[in-house]
Amino acid sequence: MANYEWFPRQRNYQLERSKENLPAEIASNHPLKGIGVVELKHAEKRGTSNKASTPVNKNASSGDPLSTSSKSSFVDPLSASMGVSLDGSDPLSQMAAESEALAKKTRSLSLKENTGNDLLDETFEPWSAKKAGILTKYTTSEKLSITTSFLSAQDKEKAVIKAQTTATVTDKVKNRLEQLDDFEEGSVQKMLNLSQQDYVKRIDELNQALINAWEHDQRVKALKIAIQVGKLVYDRLKEKAQYYPPGSGVPVKLPDNFTPDQVPDSAKETCRNWFFKIASIRELIPRFYVEAALLKSYSFLKTGEYEEALQRLCIMTRGIGDPLVAVYCRCYLSRVGILVSPRTTGHLMPCFEDFLVSYTQLQTDSVQNILAMQKLEMPNALLLNSIISAFKPEYIAVRSMQFIEMIKECEDTGFPKHLLHRTLGLCLVMASPPEDQKLTVLNEVWKAVMKLKNPVDYIGCAEVWIEYVVMHFGKREVNTILADIIKHMTPDRAFEDFYPQLQSVVIKILSHIHDFSVLFALKEAVRVEVCKSIMEAFIKYQSEVTNDPVIINALMFICKTMHDSVNALTLEDEKKLISNLISGFINKISFGRDFEQQLSFYVECRSSFSNLDIVLVQLIQNVNNLSIETRKVVKGNHSRKTGNFVRACAAYCFITIPSLQSILTQLQLYLMSGQVALLNQCCSQVCLILYDMYFSITADAFFKAAISVIPDVPRNVELEGKTRSSEPLLTEYLYNFISTLLVVPDNPDSGVLYLLRGLLNILQNYNWEPNSDAKILIYTRVLAMLSASCQEKYIYHVDKVDSNDSMYGSDPKFINEVNSICSTLLDEILNHLKTLAQSENFRRQGILALELFNTIICHSDLEKQQLFNLATNLWGLAQKHGQIDVKQMVSIIKLIE
Amino acid sequence: MATVDLKLKKVNKVYREGPIQLINYTLEIAKPGKLPSDLQKQCEFIVEYKDQEEHSKPKPVQFTITPDTLTNVKEKQNIPKFKVKGKLDSSNMCINKPLTGELVVESCASPIKSIEIQLVRVETCGCAEGFAKDATEIQNIQIADGNVVRGVAIPIYMIFPRLFTCPTLSTNNFKVEFEINIVLVFQDDHLVTENFPIKLTRF
Repeated sequence: MANYEWFPRQRNYQLERSKENLPAEIASNHPLKGIGVVELKHAEKRGTSNKASTPVNKNASSGDPLSTSSKSSFVDPLSASMGVSLDGSDPLSQMAAESEALAKKTRSLSLKENTGNDLLDETFEPWSAKKAGILTKYTTSEKLSITTSFLSAQDKEKAVIKAQTTATVTDKVKNRLEQLDDFEEGSVQKMLNLSQQDYVKRIDELNQALINAWEHDQRVKALKIAIQVGKLVYDRLKEKAQYYPPGSGVPVKLPDNFTPDQVPDSAKETCRNWFFKIASIRELIPRFYVEAALLKSYSFLKTGEYEEALQRLCIMTRGIGDPLVAVYCRCYLSRVGILVSPRTTGHLMPCFEDFLVSYTQLQTDSVQNILAMQKLEMPNALLLNSIISAFKPEYIAVRSMQFIEMIKECEDTGFPKHLLHRTLGLCLVMASPPEDQKLTVLNEVWKAVMKLKNPVDYIGCAEVWIEYVVMHFGKREVNTILADIIKHMTPDRAFEDFYPQLQSVVIKILSHIHDFSVLFALKEAVRVEVCKSIMEAFIKYQSEVTNDPVIINALMFICKTMHDSVNALTLEDEKKLISNLISGFINKISFGRDFEQQLSFYVECRSSFSNLDIVLVQLIQNVNNLSIETRKVVKGNHSRKTGNFVRACAAYCFITIPSLQSILTQLQLYLMSGQVALLNQCCSQVCLILYDMYFSITADAFFKAAISVIPDVPRNVELEGKTRSSEPLLTEYLYNFISTLLVVPDNPDSGVLYLLRGLLNILQNYNWEPNSDAKILIYTRVLAMLSASCQEKYIYHVDKVDSNDSMYGSDPKFINEVNSICSTLLDEILNHLKTLAQSENFRRQGILALELFNTIICHSDLEKQQLFNLATNLWGLAQKHGQIDVKQMVSIIKLIE
Repeated sequence: MATVDLKLKKVNKVYREGPIQLINYTLEIAKPGKLPSDLQKQCEFIVEYKDQEEHSKPKPVQFTITPDTLTNVKEKQNIPKFKVKGKLDSSNMCINKPLTGELVVESCASPIKSIEIQLVRVETCGCAEGFAKDATEIQNIQIADGNVVRGVAIPIYMIFPRLFTCPTLSTNNFKVEFEINIVLVFQDDHLVTENFPIKLTRF
C-alpha cells in the first residue's frame, strides 16, 4: 500500500459544541408564572378573610382563661390577704420589672456575685457535672414507682380553668379552694413499673407542671406540687434507699439579681408570707426541701438571711431519722448553699459532723435489716474507697502503706478490691509516698493487681498505676509492667476493647519519659504491639484534624517505632497494616493555612517512613493536594513566594517518586504530579525565566521521567493476589498520558513535540506482548491527539498555561512536522493491519480497522480524496469478515450521517 | 353639700383550711341613697395594740420526759423505756418571733416514728353556767421523722401562724391561751405527749 498522507481536519470546537446543544427556543413566559398569579389571588382572598377572622383570633388569644384572669382581676389569695395588689399583679413580678429597669446598677452587683463564684477553689465540682455522672453511673433495670395525686388531675384542672373564665374574684377564690380540694382528695394514683428513663421523664414533667403553674399564677398549686415532689422524692428514697438525687424537682422561678433594698415592702411581705406558709408545712422533709428550694428568695428580705437560714436548715436535718435521707438532705443543702451564697460555709462543718454522728446508725437493726433485704453488705471497703478518693492525696500518700494494709484486710465481698487499688493509685499519682516506701508500695499493689483475671478490672488498675511507675522508677520496672499488661491483654484479643485505656497508658508514659533512649530500650515486641493499638485508637477516635505539637511528636515517635519494626521478614499484611495506620496518622495532621509547615511535616515523614510504599504514595498525594490547595488560596495567581512553594512541592514529589518500588504507581504518580505542576504553571518557559533549570522541577520533567520509566514496566503485575498482564493498565494509562500531553507546551530547548516523540520511540521499542494490538490502539489515539494539536485553538487548556496552539500559532512548519509524524503512524498502523490478514486474526483486524476508521472520520480531512479512499477501504475491511458488532456499526453510520 | 356614709363592717371570712373563723374589719365609704352608687370604696384594716404592754421576758423551760413523768397512764408496763431531755428557750414569747429550743433523745427502747410540736389554742368562755373550754390544735410541725440518732440535739423551731394566733388574753370571763405539746410517736403508733403552757405577747 502506498504511503498515505495525513491531513488533519480543521475543527472549530466551539461551533461543534454549540451544534451538540439542543435547539433552544426563547421562552416567552415563565412556566411557574401562571401559578404564581393564581397564588397571589389566593393570598389576597385569604387576606380579606383574615381580616374577618382577626377579631375572632384576638378573642381566642385574649380568651386564654389564665392570662386574662391573671391580668385583669385575678387576686392571689396570698397577696389579697395581705391587703396589697388589688390589681392582681404580683409584687414579686413587679419587682422583677423594676430590677430590669435597674439593670445597670445590678450589673455591678452581678459582677460581684461572679467574683464570689471565683472565690471557690478549683476543687469545687459543679453539681451539673456531677449529676450527669451520677445518672449514668447508677442505672437501674429495676422498676420504679411514683405516687402522685396531680398527674391525673389534669382533666379536672381544665374544668376548673374553664369555670374561671367567667368568674369574679370571689368565684376565683372558691375555685382555688376547690382546686386545693382536688389535690387533697387526691385521686392519688400510683404509677408503677416505670423504667429509669420514664421515671426521669416523669420528674421532668412534674418540673414542667410546676413551672407552668407558676407562670399561670397558680401559686398555691405550684407550692402543692413542690411539696408533692418533695414527698415523692422522699418516698422514693425511703422505698429504695438507692440513688435518686433529692430536690431535683423543686425549682421556682424568681428574678435574678437584686439587693434587699430594691425590694418593695409589698414584695417582702409576700415573700415572708411564702416562708410562713412553708413553715407551716407539717411534714419535716417536704418542709425542708421546699425551704431549701426557695432559699434564694431570702435575698428578698435581707442580706444576712442566708447564713441564718442555712444554719437552721442544717440542724433541722438532725431530725431526719433515716440516715440516707438525712445525707441526701445535707448534700442538697450544701448544693443549694453554694448556689445562693458561695461564701457562706458555716453550715458545712456542722453538716459533716452530723453526718459522722449518723454513721453509728448504720449498726442499728433497722438499717441492717434493710441492707440484708437488699442483699448488700456494708463492707468497710466502700468506706475506705470513699476516704481515699475524697481526702487530700498528700494525706493518703504519706500513709500509703497503712492503706494498703487495710485494703488487704478487707474482704472482697460487696466492694471489689481492684477499685480500691485504682483509687489509691489515683491518689499516689497526685502525691508521692515517702521515698523509702515507693517500691514496697508498688510491689504490694502489683502483687494484687497481677492476680486480677477480668481484663476490665485489670486494665483499670494498670492504667492508673503505670503512671506511678513511670514517675518514680526506671525502665526496668516500666518494662516489667508493660510486659505484664501485654500478657493480660493478649488472650482473646482483649485489647481490642481497651484502646482508650491502652492509649492513656502510653500517653502517660510519654508524658513522663522524655528521655527517648529509655523508651527505645523498652522491649521490642511490647512496643510495636502497643504502638499499633494506640494508632488504631487514634485513628478511630480522632475525628478532626489536629496540629497539636505534643500529639504529633508522640505519634511521630510511635509511627517511627512501627516503621522501624518492619524488616525483610515482615509479612506483607503486617506491612500493609502499619502503612495504613501511618497514612491515617498523616491524614489527621493539618496545620491549616500554614502550608509550609505542612510541607516540612511531610518532609519529615518521608525521611521517617521511607521504607513503606503506601505511606510514600500517601505523602505524594498529600503534597500534590497541598499544592492544589495553595493554588486555590491564591486563586491561580501565584506570587513569587507561592510559586516557589508549589515548585518545592513539585520537587518533593519528583524526588520521592523514584524511590517507590512499583513502577506502575510511579507512572501514575508522575502523571498526576505532572498535571498538578502544569496546573501550577511550573512550565519550562516560566521556570527558565525565573530559575535555573537545575533547580526547577518542571511539569515536563515529570513527563520525561514517566516516559523513561515506561520501558521498565513489568509484563505482569500482581493484583489482589492474582497475576495479571500489565498491558491493559498501561494502555489506559497511556491514553490518559497522551491526552495530557496535548496541553503540555514544548520546551523551546528541545524540538517540536519532543515529549511525544520520546514516547513514540519508547513505544516502538517496548517489549509488547506477542499478538497484542495495544501499540496500534495507542497509535490511533496519538493520531487523534496530533490532529487536535493542529487546531488553531485547542479543545482544552490549563488555566494560565500557554499550550502549543498559542506558542506556534498554527505555524505551517509545526503542522508539517505533525503531519509527518501522523503519516508515519498511519503507515505503522496499516502495516500492522496487513499482518493480521490471517483468518484467525480477522476479528482483531476488524476492530482495529474500525478504530482507525473512527479516528479518520473524526479527525481527518475527508475532502482529500486519498483519505476518503482510505476510509472507505477501512470500512470495507471492517465489514468484510462480519466479526464486528452490528449495533456498533449502525451507530457509527448514524454518526457519519 | 354631699354627704357620705361610713360603715364599719365585721366580715367573717373563711380562709384556708382549718376550723377557725376570723373576724376582720372593713371600712366602707359610700354615697347615701337607695340606689347603689358607684362612688364606693372598701378598705380592710387590722386592729392592733400599741406598743404599751410589757415586753416578753425570756423564761427558759427545761424538761425531761421519761415514762415516770407521764401522768394519766393506765398501764405503765406497755410504755417502752425512753428518756428525752430538752429545753424551750422561753415560755414567754413574742408572737412575731419563732418558738425555739432543742430536744435530745437520750435513749429509747423502741424505734421512734416521729416527733412533733403541736400548737394548741385554748379558748375559755365564762358564763352563768360555768366555764366552757375549747382547745383547738392550730398547727402541727414535725421536727423529727423516723428513728432519730440518739444523743443529738434536734432543734425545735416553729413560726406562729399569723392568722391563727394572737397575744395571750385573759379577762374575767374570756380567755385565749396557747399551749405547746411535744408529741413522741413510736413505731407502733403509740404516742406520748408533754404539755407546756406558753404566753404570747405582741411585742
